[in-house]
Amino acid sequence: MGTVIVDGIEVTVGDNERLNGIQAAERAGIDVPHYCWHPGLSVVASCRMCLVEQGTKDPTTGKITMIPKVVPACQTPAKDGTVFVTNSDKVKQCRAQVEEALLIDHPIDCPICDKAGECRLQDYYFEHGQQERRADLKPFHSPKRDMGDTVTLFVDRCVMCTRCVRFTREITGTSELMVTHRGSHEEIDVFPGYPLANKMSGNVVDLCPVGALGDKDFMYSQRVWFMKSHPGVCTGCSTGCNIDVEENQDRVYRLTPRENMHVNQWWMCDEGRYGYHHVHAEDRVVGPRRFEGGKHVNVEWTTVTAELKQKLTAAGRLGAVLSPHLTVEEAYLLIKFIRGIDPAAVLALGPVPVVGTDERFPNGFTIHAEKAPNRRGIEILLAHFGGKILSFADFQKELDAKTIRAAWVSGGYKKSDWNDETTARKFAGLDLLVVQDMFASPLWNAATYQLPGGSFAERDGSYVNFQDRLQAVKSAVRPPVGAWVEGQLYWRLLERPGLFQSRKALVEAATEVPALHLAIEGIPATGLDLNVNKLAEAKTVAATV
Amino acid sequence: MAKFEPVLMANMQKPDSHTIKVYEAGGGYRALKKALKEMTPEQVTDTVKASNLRGRGGAGFPTGLKWTFLPKNHPGPIYMCINADESEPGTFNNRYLMELDPHQVIEGIILSCYATKAVTAYLYIRVEYPLSRKRLQSAIDECYAAGYLGKNILGTQFSLDIFIHVGAAAYICGEETGLIESLEGKRAWPRIKPPFPAIEGVFRKPTVVNNIETAACVTHIIDRGPDWFKSIGVPADPNNPRDPGSYGPKLYCLSGHVNKPGCYEAPLGITCRQLIDEYGEGIWKGRKGKAAIPGGISMGLLTEKEFDTPLDFAGPGKVGCLGLGTAAVVVMDETVNMVDFLYNSCRFFAHESCGQCTPCREGTHWSLTMLERIRAGKGRLRDLDLLLEIGDSIGIIPGTTICGLSDGAAWPIKNAIRKFRSDFEEYIKRTNPTGYMVTEPVPALAGAGHH
Repeated sequence: MGTVIVDGIEVTVGDNERLNGIQAAERAGIDVPHYCWHPGLSVVASCRMCLVEQGTKDPTTGKITMIPKVVPACQTPAKDGTVFVTNSDKVKQCRAQVEEALLIDHPIDCPICDKAGECRLQDYYFEHGQQERRADLKPFHSPKRDMGDTVTLFVDRCVMCTRCVRFTREITGTSELMVTHRGSHEEIDVFPGYPLANKMSGNVVDLCPVGALGDKDFMYSQRVWFMKSHPGVCTGCSTGCNIDVEENQDRVYRLTPRENMHVNQWWMCDEGRYGYHHVHAEDRVVGPRRFEGGKHVNVEWTTVTAELKQKLTAAGRLGAVLSPHLTVEEAYLLIKFIRGIDPAAVLALGPVPVVGTDERFPNGFTIHAEKAPNRRGIEILLAHFGGKILSFADFQKELDAKTIRAAWVSGGYKKSDWNDETTARKFAGLDLLVVQDMFASPLWNAATYQLPGGSFAERDGSYVNFQDRLQAVKSAVRPPVGAWVEGQLYWRLLERPGLFQSRKALVEAATEVPALHLAIEGIPATGLDLNVNKLAEAKTVAATV
Repeated sequence: MAKFEPVLMANMQKPDSHTIKVYEAGGGYRALKKALKEMTPEQVTDTVKASNLRGRGGAGFPTGLKWTFLPKNHPGPIYMCINADESEPGTFNNRYLMELDPHQVIEGIILSCYATKAVTAYLYIRVEYPLSRKRLQSAIDECYAAGYLGKNILGTQFSLDIFIHVGAAAYICGEETGLIESLEGKRAWPRIKPPFPAIEGVFRKPTVVNNIETAACVTHIIDRGPDWFKSIGVPADPNNPRDPGSYGPKLYCLSGHVNKPGCYEAPLGITCRQLIDEYGEGIWKGRKGKAAIPGGISMGLLTEKEFDTPLDFAGPGKVGCLGLGTAAVVVMDETVNMVDFLYNSCRFFAHESCGQCTPCREGTHWSLTMLERIRAGKGRLRDLDLLLEIGDSIGIIPGTTICGLSDGAAWPIKNAIRKFRSDFEEYIKRTNPTGYMVTEPVPALAGAGHH
């Protein structure tokens, strides 16, 4: 244990912790401004915004000796007895000078810059800058160029922190970005013919502390201060990257990674980042429909909820397909509903899309081939309720055997190509087929009841990722008019009062399913490792043996 | 003062002085044989330490002390880097050594490597020195043939290879960690310290970076002993325990407005005026001197009144200069306009700033654009204060940058404006009679800063 003093505030640093001045100050509740430093990248100490005064406290005499010059906090280790001063006049002057220097060649085109509102150059100018411009006035000039398919560089907005360059060297290992020229003529660039084309390219936009790197997907679409961000989990693959879903008035504008050292650190892949457009797709199905008289006719949700239970009860042996896109809570409620009607109902895991193979980056970040967020969650529930885990193929065999008379198929898939005519024909012999999904498909067209469901941005609940980490999500937007998020429908079918409450459903599920017991206490922001439970169980078993 | 007997330049007048034959005839490689046969590496280090030899590259750091910073009992490899990227304006002493007496340098390198247990030496030379490179390479080839380089030198266990690496001539490659980055094939952005090169240098291994002239001095220290070396130069200041003194001979590069510019060897501590009058044969065209750069442009300026400053490691600092630097004295006569001098200096540093640290990258560029505007007759008195503020705030001494390049950029600004402020004010008032009092920002010159 060591004690570091930041502006007179003592903070404790553990023996095995390696903190720098910025992190130590953060612990004392003090923000040290910085551009180039990022906890996930190497230290270059080049922006010089984090300059502080530093000294040491003599452990025996208690006398503090300061060194005469300023030091970059990012590069200075916070060891026992280290003293940082971040609020002296000298430090303030250094910050003002760096801020002034950075603004000499900056176009100051905030009104047309996407970064405005979350830009460090802006924030630090207000906080640490000097109010008058002293450098010569320059005509407005802001050249831009393409870095690749996803990112545009606004050359003059750059502050040369080289975070993006280090990201492509250290995290993705692809090294597309580089610094060209020298001195104040320096620019970020790519080598001709080798654009920024890695699968994590979007991260450089988040890393950019200013508006130099613009995300083409987000560009000019929304001012950041209009958006609200909601903690979520990416459903693009089984990694379960923690994200913020940023929306304004029920429209999602971008997804950004949220720090979680257990899962995705600070990053997310482009596939996940740009894979939200289906939420607002034109062809998303809305309004429930019932098949009668040779065609599907619109019905009211109240009619659906009123007659479904009765129709399912009348059908006899039931089967339910639980999509890996459902949250744990939703899957649990569906099981409760189906098993409430037919205690011997067949339960199966929905199709799990797999594309290619897992892609691992040099720093360990992995894009999984399994393109669904909650296979493990469904499996945990199936193992508890079904005994054995039936796959979608197994379920089709059950259909062939004609044991099932009515089936409930849940969806939530991004694309409608998870089933085809052949699959749909297998369901043809049923008395009743209920299909919930976002997009029409052959199976959808064969359904007795077509129930438009929710997308990931609309769900409340939790997912279990590939490493058995249970992570909570909050709905960011409301579903389109006419669509009901699965949880809401099940809640109503189970005749629970009011709106769907994922917390209640989770407590219920956790009480009933031993593998989820830990979640009774709630899910922390960084998720809950369900394997901890297993380890504990294994230990108990070992102890009793 | 008795005429000084040259040591480093002793061989240079001889015909074919660059060949091993001539060098050996003059006692060359005697020191190497002595060291390898009679001395342990530690003894060589101790001898150099005892001589108080200070690095000739510019910073004047004690060489022996630098060697002892290497980790003890390191499994290796340990590398030696020889900095021949001589790019400080006004400096050409290394060039003399490399072109006219390369074997003296090579012998010093071998001795330094023996002392530091380095197995490979990289000689980083700038591309503008083709003759130096050619002569060094042929000297190295001759040494391999003579058994002074390669495996088991002179039958001992000591082996050494020297490689010449040609840099693409950026000033920043002369900074030791910039040099290391460049040698590794990267952009020459100086590294943050610690770790210092002695702990983690070339290819992340312990590394010593020494100057060409330092290596040449090592040869003579081993040959003639530390006491001989300490008999030359200026002793340490007894009132300053941290002053290691300025001992030994030094190659002074004299250029500018003197009658006889050139590279002259003199004991450390010669005054600027002695150098100009005794070696340079006075200011040219019968004019009076106005100013002189004491040791390369980054060291600042001496006024004519300060010409009696001794050019040792401590002398120039006492009159507000940065230090002795490379001992490259550039003399300016009374006709020189200090605005032009400062413009030239700012242009150089704006061009050579590596662009890593914000204060240096933007500060050097900003000062250049101001100087350009002043020279275009649009100067303001306020610009002088802004220039001084830039000069006072950038550099490794205030702590705002990673390396010392911006200290070098700051010193000419600070010295020129503080020591010659009336020149600047007169120039600005004369060329911009209507606008010199303006304090608001003015439009930048079109195309300003395109160095």
